[in-house]
Amino acid sequence: MTEFLRLDLPALLAAILAGGTCGLLGSFLVLRRESLLGDALSHAVLPGIVVGFALTGLRSAGPMLLGALAAALLATFAIGWVKRVARLETGAATGLVFTGFFASGLVLLEVTGARGADLDVDCVLFGQLETLVWLEAQGWASLLDPAALASLPRQLGLLASVALVAGLVVALCWRPLQLVAFDPAFAASLGMRVGRWELALNLLIAAAAVAAFESVGSILVVAMLVCPAVALRLMTDRYRVQVLGGAALGAGLGAAGVLLAGPIPAALGLTASLNAAGLIGTLAGFVVAGCLIARQRPAVGDARS
Amino acid sequence: MIGHNTLVVLLGCAALGAASGVVGAFALLRGRALLADAIGHAALPGVVGASLIMAGFGGPARSLGPLLLGAALSAWLGLLALRALTASGRIRPDAAIGVVLSAFYALGTVGLSIAQAMPDAAQAGLSHFILGQAATLNESDAMLAGGLALACIGVVAALFQPLRALCFDEAFARSRGLPVRALDLGLLALLLAVCVAGLPAVGLLLVVALLIVPAAGARLVTRGLPAMVVVAGVLGAAAGASGALISTRFENIPTGAAVVLAGLLGFGATVIFSRR
Repeated sequence: MTEFLRLDLPALLAAILAGGTCGLLGSFLVLRRESLLGDALSHAVLPGIVVGFALTGLRSAGPMLLGALAAALLATFAIGWVKRVARLETGAATGLVFTGFFASGLVLLEVTGARGADLDVDCVLFGQLETLVWLEAQGWASLLDPAALASLPRQLGLLASVALVAGLVVALCWRPLQLVAFDPAFAASLGMRVGRWELALNLLIAAAAVAAFESVGSILVVAMLVCPAVALRLMTDRYRVQVLGGAALGAGLGAAGVLLAGPIPAALGLTASLNAAGLIGTLAGFVVAGCLIARQRPAVGDARS
Repeated sequence: MIGHNTLVVLLGCAALGAASGVVGAFALLRGRALLADAIGHAALPGVVGASLIMAGFGGPARSLGPLLLGAALSAWLGLLALRALTASGRIRPDAAIGVVLSAFYALGTVGLSIAQAMPDAAQAGLSHFILGQAATLNESDAMLAGGLALACIGVVAALFQPLRALCFDEAFARSRGLPVRALDLGLLALLLAVCVAGLPAVGLLLVVALLIVPAAGARLVTRGLPAMVVVAGVLGAAAGASGALISTRFENIPTGAAVVLAGLLGFGATVIFSRR
């Protein structure tokens, strides 16, 4: 059992927290028809992360988070600016900006030598769930031992804080967020500052993307943000089911990916262990496909036809 | 001094950039440029799968032709998945692109983790398809990718008038009796071919930029489609060649990143020029 605590628990917790947070916030992206922004923000935060990391050289979350939020803000404004000066539609402007940010992030990663320290290009591409371990764990009692808990991977701290903040914001602003997501024009007519709400949501999503980035990498964050939300969107019209279901599905997919990464290849007789982050995204894709098929063949007696 | 191999690679990348600019111009006008993002990511499982199959048959695991074929097949599947999602009527294209690109890419990384455990290092070099590494291309690879790119330019030249009608006035194209559906599919196939040809050099993550950036810049400084297409081709070729040059000089810089940044410099220049 100690083996489980040391090697599996940190990755499991990280995947559940990342999947749950992204699943929760992803619904707002999909409902607001801003899914592309999830793709954009998860790529655009890279230069911010690298600069935050390089300037302080610290293995702490603070500078990385600040850098990433700054990059996310900058990217959001840059998209608006490019749309205006180049008279481009949103999709093309977004594609232009986020690839530019991502490319500069990659170059900065090489130039600053952040590479190799704790942050390398493999982490960006494939995530590093497998490297999260808790070697100080002696047994279940360690879960109550502050000294042992302090040696949990630092990524878990950031993930837990962002999950907490996201959960609180969604819980406390449940109604306003519903209005902003479903009917921004009506929300504006009630005197809500929709632009500010959207900016706040985007910053929250950027924070979630940074926290999840360290575990699953930059591209698979997109899977966590978009796939659970889209799966639920295919199955329900209800706000509560959409948002809470998205969070639950994201967390469940995270857990399933980590837990199955070892057993699946073993059952197939392969010696390899699968990339857990990739497995999470793959399973998410299968869930969306399943929802799509289930929707096309409505159950007998389904009035929607 | 530039060696013979480097020169071939540079020319290949310039041809790729030109083709991306030319096809990107039409894709941008038709509002389809972002599909390249889904196509690029969706190609990864095909590349990895093709390499695993070839290794399984004891063949050469890194021969570029079959890898690109696999890439094209899985990217095509990705486009079909995209259509199924949007046809549900509930999922907008941008969300569908997010699902397809992330799920296919995820499947590809799972395949990569299997390939990495294969005894004879079948995976060696596969990760170059993600970020692109022009420096590792050999002469025949560069000629294959460049040839594919030139073929795309040829097809665009042959279909110039019908594609122009499709992009500017679909209703007009229909009234003239043009096969709009087939043309649309043709444009999609061109987009796919350019993306797949660009994978080994530019990488699947950033290939979308090569389709958007030169075309967006060209539209700012030109009037009329022929001029836009030519300028987009030139901007793309310049970005492709200079990006490849940078990455052969600085081994650590992924070609994809260098190409994108070079392209954005060109885009910045067109923005300044257009404001005068």
